[in-house]
Amino acid sequence: MNAPARARYDSIVVGGGHNGLVCAAYLARGGRKVLVLEAAERLGGAAVTREFAPGFSVSACAHLLHLMPPTLFRELGLAAHGLKLAAEKLPTVALAQDSHHLTLGPAESALLAERSGRDATALTEWRALLKRLSRALHPLLAATPPRLGTEAWSDRAALLGLGWRIRRLGRADMRELLHIGGMCVHDLLEDRFSLPLLKGALALDAVLGTNYGPRSPGTVMSLLYRVAASQGADTLSVPHGGLGALAEALANAARAAGATLRTGAPVERITVREDRVTGVVLSSGEEIAAENVISSADPKSTFLKLLGSEHLDAGFVRRVAQVRSRGLAAKLHLALDRLPQFPGLTEAALRARLLVAPSSDYIERAYNHAKYNEFSHSPMLEVTIPTLADHSLAPAGKHVMSVIVQYAPYALAGGWHDKRQAFTDRILDTLAAYAPDLRAAISASELLTPPDIEREFRISGGHWHHAELALDQFLMVRPVPGAAQYHTPVPGLFLCGAGCHPGGGVMGLPGRNAARQVIREAA
Amino acid sequence: MLTESEPHYRQPLLKTPFHERALAVSQIDSFVPWAGYTTVDVFTHVEQEYFAIRNASSLYDLTPMVKYVITGPDALRFLNRLVTRDVRKLAPGKVAYTVWCDDAGHLIDDGTVFCIAPNQYRVCTAERQLDWFQASAIGFDVEIREVTEEVAALAVQGPTSAKLLKAVGLAGIERLKPFEHGEFVMPRGEGGAARISMMVSRTGFTGDLGYELWMQPADAESVWDALMAVGSTRAVRPIGSRALNMARIEAGFVLPNLDFVSAAHTLYLGTERSPLELGLAWLVDFKKGHFTGRRALMAEVARGPLRQLVGLDIEGTKPAHNALLYTDRSGKKEAGSVTSATWSPTCKRNLALAMVDAPYIATGSTVWAEIYLNRELVWQRRMVRARVVERPFFAPARRRATPPADL
Repeated sequence: MNAPARARYDSIVVGGGHNGLVCAAYLARGGRKVLVLEAAERLGGAAVTREFAPGFSVSACAHLLHLMPPTLFRELGLAAHGLKLAAEKLPTVALAQDSHHLTLGPAESALLAERSGRDATALTEWRALLKRLSRALHPLLAATPPRLGTEAWSDRAALLGLGWRIRRLGRADMRELLHIGGMCVHDLLEDRFSLPLLKGALALDAVLGTNYGPRSPGTVMSLLYRVAASQGADTLSVPHGGLGALAEALANAARAAGATLRTGAPVERITVREDRVTGVVLSSGEEIAAENVISSADPKSTFLKLLGSEHLDAGFVRRVAQVRSRGLAAKLHLALDRLPQFPGLTEAALRARLLVAPSSDYIERAYNHAKYNEFSHSPMLEVTIPTLADHSLAPAGKHVMSVIVQYAPYALAGGWHDKRQAFTDRILDTLAAYAPDLRAAISASELLTPPDIEREFRISGGHWHHAELALDQFLMVRPVPGAAQYHTPVPGLFLCGAGCHPGGGVMGLPGRNAARQVIREAA
Repeated sequence: MLTESEPHYRQPLLKTPFHERALAVSQIDSFVPWAGYTTVDVFTHVEQEYFAIRNASSLYDLTPMVKYVITGPDALRFLNRLVTRDVRKLAPGKVAYTVWCDDAGHLIDDGTVFCIAPNQYRVCTAERQLDWFQASAIGFDVEIREVTEEVAALAVQGPTSAKLLKAVGLAGIERLKPFEHGEFVMPRGEGGAARISMMVSRTGFTGDLGYELWMQPADAESVWDALMAVGSTRAVRPIGSRALNMARIEAGFVLPNLDFVSAAHTLYLGTERSPLELGLAWLVDFKKGHFTGRRALMAEVARGPLRQLVGLDIEGTKPAHNALLYTDRSGKKEAGSVTSATWSPTCKRNLALAMVDAPYIATGSTVWAEIYLNRELVWQRRMVRARVVERPFFAPARRRATPPADL
């Protein structure tokens, strides 16, 4: 090895996505010399804004900000680093074919009461319960998960702490948490609510970005997770300039703390010497040494591609290879010459998050196709028109529509190459039921299937959460036992991406937890 | 062959290519299942067969040994990450005995690795390993193929084995060194017009001079017949597994399911064994780079042993089968247990392999074995002294001599 300047950096963070940037910012604030290496020409990973048609830009993967906990914004001073919200506390509109749409969000219970007094009461109760539960669960997400079966004081303290917080919820809430914790969201909604449109909207949040339908086990857990991550806030917002602006603010925070950020620098391999990580080699052949390497890449890419099986035990590699990481969500971007009309909604109302999930059964039917590697014939959609609040994304008077589409299997039977148009047509047909003049307004479109997401964002399987969020890939078994506490079997190698606890979405907690673990272990 | 239509418990045991010959020689029809085959436990009498190993030559059918062919650009890297020894040191024409472990450093199986050519290996194992090998192959460009049924295998072991093989026409066999293999040709029929080619390795499970013959199943009976014909005047005998077991204990070799249970099969926690605990530390090369279980074994070295497999020399003549071991004669505190035991007719010693707790693993330590004597159905309990001694118990110079003595 021709020795480069030996360990000019304490830590190299592989990948400049939001978790990599969060991790770098916290490491740098902890006094470490940090280098972030991003393969793409711009930072942000899946939190990125880019042009998809001349003059039209969009948040190319995630399009709403709702999981990142307020503490993280505060600690990193993101507002001071340039993050401006174009819209916050966005309502959600559950679209109905009869134009009798249902708006959820601020003042939802008054709106709901007009249709069903019972559901209005039940929703208020349900939101309050979620808030209480999220307070008990959030500390669990904001820390390194405890290991099971050890004698270590810290592991026992973490488990006791969780037990204590759940106990403190009181008898009724504790019983309810244990009752619903393992349920499927469909059953839960059947128990509590009656309006199909309401149940569809609530079920969507439980299955968005996952490989599940509302009747799949564990979907209540993923809903609890979503609420607990954001400390119960669960408010939807959009940064001015799209999600890419969040990445810029994170990058500014990292730079201000002293981190060095490099783009266009794909890591080819993580180097190991005498069973210790020594740094990385870039595709250009450049070697960079560091005390430790923290990878925000997904577990399969990190272990199987960048590190290599030969540095790991076979049983561990098998577990990594078996991590469920095939994406089921696609993204459709539309460049619009004019704002389409949604009968029943004013222009102001279109700023909301629009859902095509008219019932829980509708979602389950959409999911049925995916089980057999077909795309949904009537897909479930989460739609935003970001240009209503942020004119910087499109030419004056024109608009962008950003749609998350489920279900679009990664391994579509027969492959995606000749089915892209057919799927796009299905999505547009589905949308046309709510916005009849939509097609005529489209000047350009872009469909990102899970294989496209895999390619563009370098996520094996194209799964938004890097690894499915499910009980068997959760907490101390996320992504796999042996790598669930951010450190890996190879000394000096850590994980900080969405594949780690507490998981995916634009949340930032994996990056924050990992940085704290790295600093703790160095102490 | 397995038949699709029958459930597994009705599947007939397979017959090896030597089966018809073995059946013809067997006097007591004592067959036992081994890895899906029916094989001979005893042909005539255990001691008689044992003495063929130590005093003349023995034929032992080891076709059921599970055999894999490992090929591909990453075959060497794959094997080096799989097993505990450094396979880079294994040149074409060489064989190495080795073990492999799971992530926790617990033993999965032992076996031999034959280097046929660069990135071309054959691995012989006691139990089926395809699942573990395939898990170990993730990230390696390697092809793993089981060839158990495609290769008939016959061990020819004993002080006269080289002479016997020479007598059936394997020219140059005397030049084969221990842990080497090569291609040999056996002339067949009158004048040697037809020829049988086979791979021969100087390996075995007896601790004696001996060879293992790897051939096409179609040639198996001809090879057997030739060896038996030449051997009829040389005290050559086919042997069963019981006689071989006596010899392997004398040689100090371990057997799965007797001296350890594969970590792939253990159900109770704490019954897995590491190669260090089995006294196989000499097989573990910590310097070669990473292999599965290395980190766990390093931690075990740092922690120090909890127990180890040792050789015992036990007072008296009654084999200490399954005996519990105690720290002193009172039998109040246990110190381990015997895993394999035999009276050694050659050493004239009462031998055993035993898993012994850490304080008693040093050579020269004494433990006490609890033995039950059956005196014409009158049972007596004896506490007898057992000394920890060096293994192997029996290691004649002839096992390594090249060329072997021309007896």
